[in-house]
Amino acid sequence: MTDTTAAALDHSWFHRNRKTITPWLFLLPAILFFTVYVIYPIIQSISLSFYKWDGLGEAEYVGIANYERLANDRAFTVSLVNNLKWLLLYLLAIPAGLFIALFLNQTVRGIRIYKSLFFFPFVISQVVVGLVFTWFYDPNFGLLNGILGSVGLGPINVLGDPALATYGIIAAGLWPQTAYCMILYLTGLNAVDPEQIEAARLDGAKGWRMLWHIIIPQLKPATFIAFVVTIIGALRSFDLISIMTNGGPFGSTRVLSFYMFEKALSEYGFRMGYGAAIAVVLFFIMLFFIAYFLWSMYQDEKGR
Amino acid sequence: MRSMKKLMLAGLATTTMLSTPAFAEGLSGELRIFSDMSNPAPRAVMEGMVERFGAMHPDLDIELTVIDREAYKTQIRNFLSADAPDVANWYAANRMGPYVSAGLFEDISDLWAEPEFEALASTKGAMTIDDKQWGVPYTYYQWGVYYRQDIFEELGLSAPTTFEEELANCQVIVDSGRACYTIGSKFLWTAGGWFDYLNMRTNGYDFHMELARGEVPWTDDRVRETFANWRKLIDMGAFIDDHQTYSWQEALPFMINGDATAYLMGNFSVPHFRDGGLTDDQLGFYQFPVINPDVPMAEDAPTDTFHIPANAQNKEAAREFLRFVVSADNQTMINAGDALGQLPVNAESSVDEDKFLEAGFSMLSNDAPGGVAQFFDRDFSAEMAKAGMEGLQEFMVYPDNLDDILERLEFVRQDTAQ
Repeated sequence: MTDTTAAALDHSWFHRNRKTITPWLFLLPAILFFTVYVIYPIIQSISLSFYKWDGLGEAEYVGIANYERLANDRAFTVSLVNNLKWLLLYLLAIPAGLFIALFLNQTVRGIRIYKSLFFFPFVISQVVVGLVFTWFYDPNFGLLNGILGSVGLGPINVLGDPALATYGIIAAGLWPQTAYCMILYLTGLNAVDPEQIEAARLDGAKGWRMLWHIIIPQLKPATFIAFVVTIIGALRSFDLISIMTNGGPFGSTRVLSFYMFEKALSEYGFRMGYGAAIAVVLFFIMLFFIAYFLWSMYQDEKGR
Repeated sequence: MRSMKKLMLAGLATTTMLSTPAFAEGLSGELRIFSDMSNPAPRAVMEGMVERFGAMHPDLDIELTVIDREAYKTQIRNFLSADAPDVANWYAANRMGPYVSAGLFEDISDLWAEPEFEALASTKGAMTIDDKQWGVPYTYYQWGVYYRQDIFEELGLSAPTTFEEELANCQVIVDSGRACYTIGSKFLWTAGGWFDYLNMRTNGYDFHMELARGEVPWTDDRVRETFANWRKLIDMGAFIDDHQTYSWQEALPFMINGDATAYLMGNFSVPHFRDGGLTDDQLGFYQFPVINPDVPMAEDAPTDTFHIPANAQNKEAAREFLRFVVSADNQTMINAGDALGQLPVNAESSVDEDKFLEAGFSMLSNDAPGGVAQFFDRDFSAEMAKAGMEGLQEFMVYPDNLDDILERLEFVRQDTAQ
């Protein structure tokens, strides 16, 4: 008797509130996994950064000692500066991708093949890209020095020179990233309104003015996505560095993610707390961009 | 009846165990082995050992996982605690320290107490932490200078025994348009070998070990003296250019093609030289020459080992496998010239008839009174080793940065000492 009343009550309570509950039920799996696999590790990393821990034994609380040491650690400064270089120079992929997309956005015989060929570097693994460029730069048999030699310029060892190595790796990274931006813009160009172009043409716009005032504004969504993926790409530049220089020569090509890996997880790294402190710094850099992305997406949604 | 049968079986087992201990325990279940012997020759050796051990224990189901040697160094941290095999490869001395202190390696002092293990006495020290033994050695190998005998003859040179001769030789080699030494320092450790030798020859084994334990500052004048000797070679162009871009394998062609005449390396490089087409008439070996005649000669001889993880499932079979690994016959077989091409640790093993193995064996037994070190990245603590080798690489490319490098290393030393 009481059971049925309770069931009925439950039933009606659920019915009364189902409009509020249903979205939460749908969100529940995502929230659950996001909490377990994203939020919790972030909190864990931050708390770990206040400990000294070799990953095996007991962790010892050291306060902000790890962060104090970061401030005096030159390898950390080098990594941070390299991260900035990556962030800035990687953005070159966006204009480069745009111009290749404009170039390929025409209807000639076999254009699909050309498009595929340009997109190819993005499809192959970053490891392969790294190896290809390592051979390209090789001071002994590399194509680069062959080309330089044929115009009478001396041999350079791009990946062995601490002043050049990071730029050499970024150039390798730009190859696939440009292809990615290109494909985004090619899709974007399909959505450009032909009537507007027609109208602009009647008004006498062509060349750069056409591009700047008519095409690019219409490509804004593509540009936004290209910006997002490029920033993300620059911040996860780990595999190329690992393949091409392994962080060397003498640590000059490390970025924060690579340095964190070395300190915490690599062959010679047994400092989980210190690694976590580096990760926290990297997290805040990322958070800055993530906040910007979310904010601008929110503005976009609101505008609709 | 049933218990009777059991008893008889047990009796049978004990009698056979007495006669042939290695065969009789009737090992069963699964034996999981994780190995870092991923280069072609070591891989064949490992697979051969598993096969022979499997033949002795037909009921035992052996599962061998060979992991890339470099990747293994990071993976071991995870699998020892999360998914421990029954037997795992690792290295002797300081390198096993973190796992021993975290309780991830099984104490196998009981094995070392067995009479058969007395033949391994030479490495007992390197396997001991806190008066207990934590693993068994299966091989070690000498380091030294491998050189192109034919080019030396062509230039009228002979293998140097003192640093002065070394420098004089090198000048002739450089004048002939070659580099004296090839080296690939991309992965850093090769530079560690050079420092080990220069420091042990300049200041001796004891000082080197004090430095390794962090008891001497890097800015010490004696350390500077080592670097000064090194700089003599660097300044005369003894090393190949751009070595920071090459792995040690990528540096091999310089020697094989005759662009460089010598390579300070471990004996594991010999099969690579031979594969590259160098005959034993072309390839020679000499002990790193004397620098300071007042310090006794000491050598690097890294020892590779097998361990039982503390979380292993089948420790009985694992112990049996370790007994098998260290047995004199097995060590003779796996270290032969056509297998690992290294030196057996078991004193009752015999060294294969091979120019380089014999040279190494006699060098380590007769000409290394100063002591035997493991290697830069095994004797120094992990973090000091990493920072140190990076500094050594930088020094080899920019010797003028020495003061800055030493200060940085001193910072790391003080930091890790805390």
